[in-house]
Formats: sequence, C-alpha cells, structure tokens
Amino acid sequence: MSLFLEISFSAMANGLHNWLAGSISNATLVSVTEMAIAGVSLLLFLVPLCFFLGYMERKVAAFMQIRLGPNRVGPKGTLQIVADTVKLLFKEGLTPNASDKFLFNLAPIIVVVTSMLAMAPIAFAKNFQIWDINIGVLYVSAISSLAVIGILMAGWSSYNKYSLLGAMRSGAQIVSYELSVGLSLISIVILTGSLRMSDIVASQADGWWIIKGHIPVIISFVIFLIASTAEINRAPFDLAEAEQELTAGFHTEYSGMKFAMFLLAEYINLFIVSAIAATLFLGGWMPFHLGNWSFFNNVMDYIPGSLWFMGKTFLIIFIIMQFRWTFPRLRVDQLLTLEWKYLLPISMVNVIIVTMMAIFGWHL
Amino acid sequence: MEKLTNRSVQINRSPMNFMEKAYLPALAKGLTITLGHIFKKKATVSYPEEKRPFSPVFRGLHILNRDEQGAERCTACGLCALACPAEAITMEAAERKPGEEHLYREEKYAAKYEINMLRCIFCGYCEEACPKDAIYLTETVMPSNYTRESFIYKKEDLLIPDPKKKESK
Repeated sequence: MSLFLEISFSAMANGLHNWLAGSISNATLVSVTEMAIAGVSLLLFLVPLCFFLGYMERKVAAFMQIRLGPNRVGPKGTLQIVADTVKLLFKEGLTPNASDKFLFNLAPIIVVVTSMLAMAPIAFAKNFQIWDINIGVLYVSAISSLAVIGILMAGWSSYNKYSLLGAMRSGAQIVSYELSVGLSLISIVILTGSLRMSDIVASQADGWWIIKGHIPVIISFVIFLIASTAEINRAPFDLAEAEQELTAGFHTEYSGMKFAMFLLAEYINLFIVSAIAATLFLGGWMPFHLGNWSFFNNVMDYIPGSLWFMGKTFLIIFIIMQFRWTFPRLRVDQLLTLEWKYLLPISMVNVIIVTMMAIFGWHL
Repeated sequence: MEKLTNRSVQINRSPMNFMEKAYLPALAKGLTITLGHIFKKKATVSYPEEKRPFSPVFRGLHILNRDEQGAERCTACGLCALACPAEAITMEAAERKPGEEHLYREEKYAAKYEINMLRCIFCGYCEEACPKDAIYLTETVMPSNYTRESFIYKKEDLLIPDPKKKESK
C-alpha cells in the first residue's frame, strides 16, 4: 500500500518529465515548465491547507476555551474560512496616503514568497519532494530568516507608529530566536551527518531521532518548538502583532487581500516549521520503526508514508496551536531574556553533548 | 479581624525552587489543563437550535388571555399599568357595544393596550396585579429587532389566538 503510493508519486513526476522532454526540444524550457507545474501544484496544495489550518485554529481555540466554535457556515462550520476569504476579497485594499507605496505593496508578496520558498525541500513521502537539495536544512533556515525583511518592510512603509514598533520587535525576535532554531537543527545534522532531507529521513529507518537520541535530542526538540514558535511570531511570542498594545502590529494598515497574504504566510510558516520538526525529530514520512522488530516494522509499513508525515506534522501544528491558547504573552525583555540567557546557552551545551554522542555512538 | 469566609488562603511568598524556576513543569501543567478542556462538556450551546432549560418561574414575553369562549378577559382597569414599576404599559378603555358579547367578557374592554418591551423589566407585577387573570408572562424570550418602534407590542401582538377559531380550523 505504502509502496504503491510512493512509487506512483515519483512515477508521475518521471512520466511528466519524459513526456515534456519528448514534446519540447529545448531543455531549459522543459525545466521552466516543470517548475511552473510544481509551483501551481504547490499553490493548489497550500491554499486548501491554509483554509484547513484556519478552520483548525478556530476549532482548537474554541475547544480549549470550552466553546463550540464556528458551526454555521457549511457542515460543522467548515466553510467559515471560505466565507471569510470571500469577505476579504471584496474588501478594498487600502494603501495609506503617507505610506511608501511601492514597499507597502511589495511587503505582503515578499512575506508569502519567502514562506513558499521554504516548502521546496520538504519531503512529503518517499521520493516526493520538490527539490532534494543537498543543503536542505540550511536552505530552510536561511529562507525562513528572510521573512523578517518582509515584516520590517511592512512596518516601515506603513508610516504608523504601531506598525513600526511591531516590525522592530519582530526583527529583534526573529534574529535572536534563529540562533536557537539553528543550533537545535544542527544537533540532528550532527547525528545524521547530512543536510539533505532525504538522508535525514533515511537515517531514521530504525527509529526516530527523538527516540534514538534520547535526552539531548528531546532537549533540542523542545528548544526547537519554543524557538520556532517565536520565529513564526505566534502566541505566546506574538509581540510583533500584540493586539492589546499595538492594535495589529506590522499589519495594522493592511486590509483586504494584502492582509490575507500575511495570514496565508503565517499559516504556511506554521506548516513549514511543523514539517521540519516532524522530518528532523519524528522521522518525516518514515513509519514508526523500532530497532530490528521486523514484524512490528512491517505492520507499520502498511500505513503510507504521506499519512505518517501529515500525521506528525499536524500533531506538531496542534501543539503549537495549543501553546497559543494556553500561555500568556511574554514581555519584550522576558522574550529576549529567555533566548539569550536560557535557550541559547542550553542549546550550545546541548550541541556539544550531541557531538560527543555522535562521536562515541551513545545513541541507540 | 474576624474572617468572613474560610476560603481565604495565605499566599506563599517563599522564593521559587529550581523546579518552579525551570517553568517547564508549570507549562506542561498548563498544557494538560487546556488539553483536558477539549473533552469537557462545552459551556456554550448552538443557540437557536438548542436552548437552555428555563427555571419554572422564568418570566418572559407577556400574553393577554382569553376565556373559554374566546372573549378577551382584560377590562382595562389599569391596575397592571399602576403596578408597573417601569411604566411600560399604556391602555385606553372602551365600552362594549351590544352584539360584542362574544368578543369581550365584561362591559368594559381595552381598545388599545401597549407594552413597551424596551422599558419592561419583566418583574411580573402586572401578572400579580391583574384581578381578571388577563395578563400572563410566558417562557418566550423577547426576540430582537432593528427598530425601537417594533418593541412597542400592540394588543394584537399580545393577545393569544382565539381557542374557538382554532378548533373550527
């Protein structure tokens, strides 16, 4: 079953490539067409995903607060987000008179594009990956740090004190928390010896790193969860858009579709962070394997890899959503104290421990 | 000083120990609380389809009663208007003409009877004051509306349907 699904994905890609190479003689044109197809299919995947994440967020929020949540539009409220999107589509996309109009209109596009770029090396199933680049982890952490440019642009060009404050906070926050994210990712890279996503997943065939790497990897997993929640500006680290202090932070002046782009980017970032955590710590599309228990491993193999990947990703998305509805927001000084005084030293020591673990083979 | 209740607790102001400083146990505790909320019985209901049960003494929208023959019981004596602390009730009396005996129970009746539902506090004093069992408060919640005028309920809005006409239908 799993084999069937995985083979069919790569067979589809190969078939498409052969067909294009046969019908178009120019090799550059072939790869451009393939990129366009990959981009369109990515969009077709991301937009429904963001609809679902928006619905999920509202339902999770409701359940955490002992409410029922949206249940009017569509069955069980599933079309609520569609209704909201239609509302946003019909709204006027205002551009403030005093704003820097070019940057103001460019910022939401940059935010969305950077978050979509980070989707490239994510492995959804075996051989089902847009770009299996050999520096996958580095690429993701590099691209995700670009998002701060879009946010700073939005805050700066809005000509609004709240936007500027929010953007500056977000800049300080993303730049500091990137260190912890990077160091916790590095611990897995050290254990695997490769930055390539497919190698990282393949190294977890006899057990996920969170089980094989026991305590140090669990520590870096927790640090990754905390720091990445901060990096995607979600509560309890949503200082960039702290609505009680800054109305809406960097996107105060945005309305209509431009606002929807920020929302889209937020959910794509949420998905990417969860997918990275699932791939590096929980084995990506790799089924739950335990050492050499071949019978147990074979039973687990019957569940398709894409289901494993999505299940793990959505588990982490749920945890990050739960953070939002459980913890109160940190103050700015507390935020920076947490990173520079606690998370960074802990993750640095942790990297040393993980390195020793990798050298002496202390992992399972 | 004498304690009012036995529920007061002395705040523990001793410095935090290592486990408390680490915060993670407390964070985990918070997460289990919110996770537990998912499985709890929801505090809200989907209102128009599902309604909470009212107490048996609930006082809702008024009705004007009829007797068994379908004649209006109200004689426009004005006691309800007098009893009303919010001064929400106004009425005008009229005399019953010959041939209207099936419409009005006694010689006097209310030609106009209005309750301003925005003034009404649903205390039920009108119900208590009425000597003719003509006005009652039901269990219906007052519906919302867009204009102030629509909250002044006329006699036609308040009168219950004629029991005899219903039977003939």
